[in-house]
Amino acid sequence: MNKLTVPQIEKKANEIRLDIIRMLEKAGSGHSAGPLGLADIFAALYFDILNYDPKNPDWPDRDVFFLSNGHTVPVQYATMAHAGYFDIEELSTLRKFGSRLQGHPEREKLPGLENTSGPLGSGLSQAAGYAYSLQHFDKVDSRFVYVMMSDGELEEGNTWEAAMFAGKYKLSQLIGIIDRNNIQIDGNTEDVMPLEDLRAKWEAFGWHVLDIDGHNVESIIDAASMGRAISNRPTVIIAHTIPGKGVDFMEYDYKWHGMPPNSEQAKEALQKLRSLNGKISHEGER
Amino acid sequence: MTDFALNDKAFDNPELEPIRAGFGRGLKEAGKKDESIVALCADLTESTKMHMFRDEFPERFVQVGVAEQNLVTVASGMARAGKTPFVSSYAAFSPGRNWEQIRTTIALNNQPVKIIGSHAGVSVGPDGATHQMLEDIALMRVLPNMVVIAPGDSVEAEKATLAIAKNNHPSYLRLAREKTPIFSTDDSPFEIGKAYVLREGDDVTLMGTGTMTYQMLVAANILAKNGVQAEVVHVPTIKPLDEKTILASARKTGRVVTAEEAQIAGGFGSAITEFLSDQLPMPIKRIGMQDRFGESGTPDELLEHFGLTGEKIADTVGEFVKKAHQYHR
Repeated sequence: MNKLTVPQIEKKANEIRLDIIRMLEKAGSGHSAGPLGLADIFAALYFDILNYDPKNPDWPDRDVFFLSNGHTVPVQYATMAHAGYFDIEELSTLRKFGSRLQGHPEREKLPGLENTSGPLGSGLSQAAGYAYSLQHFDKVDSRFVYVMMSDGELEEGNTWEAAMFAGKYKLSQLIGIIDRNNIQIDGNTEDVMPLEDLRAKWEAFGWHVLDIDGHNVESIIDAASMGRAISNRPTVIIAHTIPGKGVDFMEYDYKWHGMPPNSEQAKEALQKLRSLNGKISHEGER
Repeated sequence: MTDFALNDKAFDNPELEPIRAGFGRGLKEAGKKDESIVALCADLTESTKMHMFRDEFPERFVQVGVAEQNLVTVASGMARAGKTPFVSSYAAFSPGRNWEQIRTTIALNNQPVKIIGSHAGVSVGPDGATHQMLEDIALMRVLPNMVVIAPGDSVEAEKATLAIAKNNHPSYLRLAREKTPIFSTDDSPFEIGKAYVLREGDDVTLMGTGTMTYQMLVAANILAKNGVQAEVVHVPTIKPLDEKTILASARKTGRVVTAEEAQIAGGFGSAITEFLSDQLPMPIKRIGMQDRFGESGTPDELLEHFGLTGEKIADTVGEFVKKAHQYHR
């Protein structure tokens, strides 16, 4: 893998956001808010945290990353392209017939994916199964298993079955990340089905819990390394994010959960991202 | 002649053993041969006979608790890590409770997880309808990539367990609770995707799966006394079907009766009917549960009540051959 510095990762996250907008516009369907909100975390994962080889995706010594909230996969595809798994041009095939980039991720279609997901609430179990295998069957302590979850999918009972399981077996090589953006399809999570007190819930299940700003790359990297250092229980990182991050008219608005931008909105979104929401002027816009 | 070695005691004084016991032995044996085999259970370890593996290989056994969704998804993750996981519960709960997780994380994800559904059928008895799983064949055979097997007795269940341990596919093994007659022998063949002619005849083909194959053999003996020569085909692998053997027997007799301890809608009889309606449409009678649930009772009472004993099947077949003409004869 290609490790980058924190400022380089921040820049990479913005490039990933630009690609997400381009992909979704071209696809004409898909989810906007979640992927944009996760760009910093994915950039930190693939350009610092994870140990992998994009030219040898099944490399036996790799860290393993499971995506549980499969609908946010555009951010993973864009990040994987930047990380060298495949050419950036392939991103334009998202959701198209014959593409390896399925609307929701399919392991057998694209090397580098560890699981198939979309129906919510099953990723933590799969990651826990992998971590159990490393820790208790094979006794390999050099590899870690990461799993990305949404906050909305914590409403699924399967998630808590997995949380109980990982707590019981002290799966310290398992690190969960929750995209705490407070939105789901029908509205705000606390209106649809309140999740708080989230920290207390995970602690009660035997987890080490960290609360971080999911847009602060340094915090993300630090949290992952703390998670790896904890040796007697699994770690969950509650990453507070802004849905639609970087595109002001999408930010915090649950209506953008499951909607792609049209061509005009995409043009505006790309401008916002290039200028960091108007904070800088971009030479291309003069 | 059939090359299936029928147990010579099968009719007069059959040895009885629950089909699930064969699974228990098979898994332990498979575990000796292959270190990648691991076993997970959702709080029914003795009941599903997984304790035989657990006692031999405690370090490869994982207790998941009463959580069938987690049972299969944890197994999916272990399969990704290079293991061959066997997961056991009652069929009513797995695949009854966790079908979507099996669909997405095992079948579509194409992971070689082995799903063991014990206590299938009405012969579960007094526990009643909630625990008598009848829809599992239908649920599992519609999933792409999934292999579906209902062994006929405990000896065959042992062989089937060893076979799915190395087939590298998502697989479902359907087991029964009660003791049932052992009609095969150690020398009887078992191969995934093969059906076996147990008895030859020209008048009608009786195709059975799981516990119903033995009842088909009993029915064939009764029918013979009444001048009807039935051919009996045992179809332990419901998916993929042994199309060649099934077609050959159907072509020979020109009419078919199927039997299963499951809903006839979407089940084994449906699989045979779908196949023959494509290849060689002919009269077919499906014996099984006729769109209703079971209830409490002894296994014998229930099999009798629902028309699933050899005697009752012989009656049904007798009526059928009176009405249904043999295809192109």
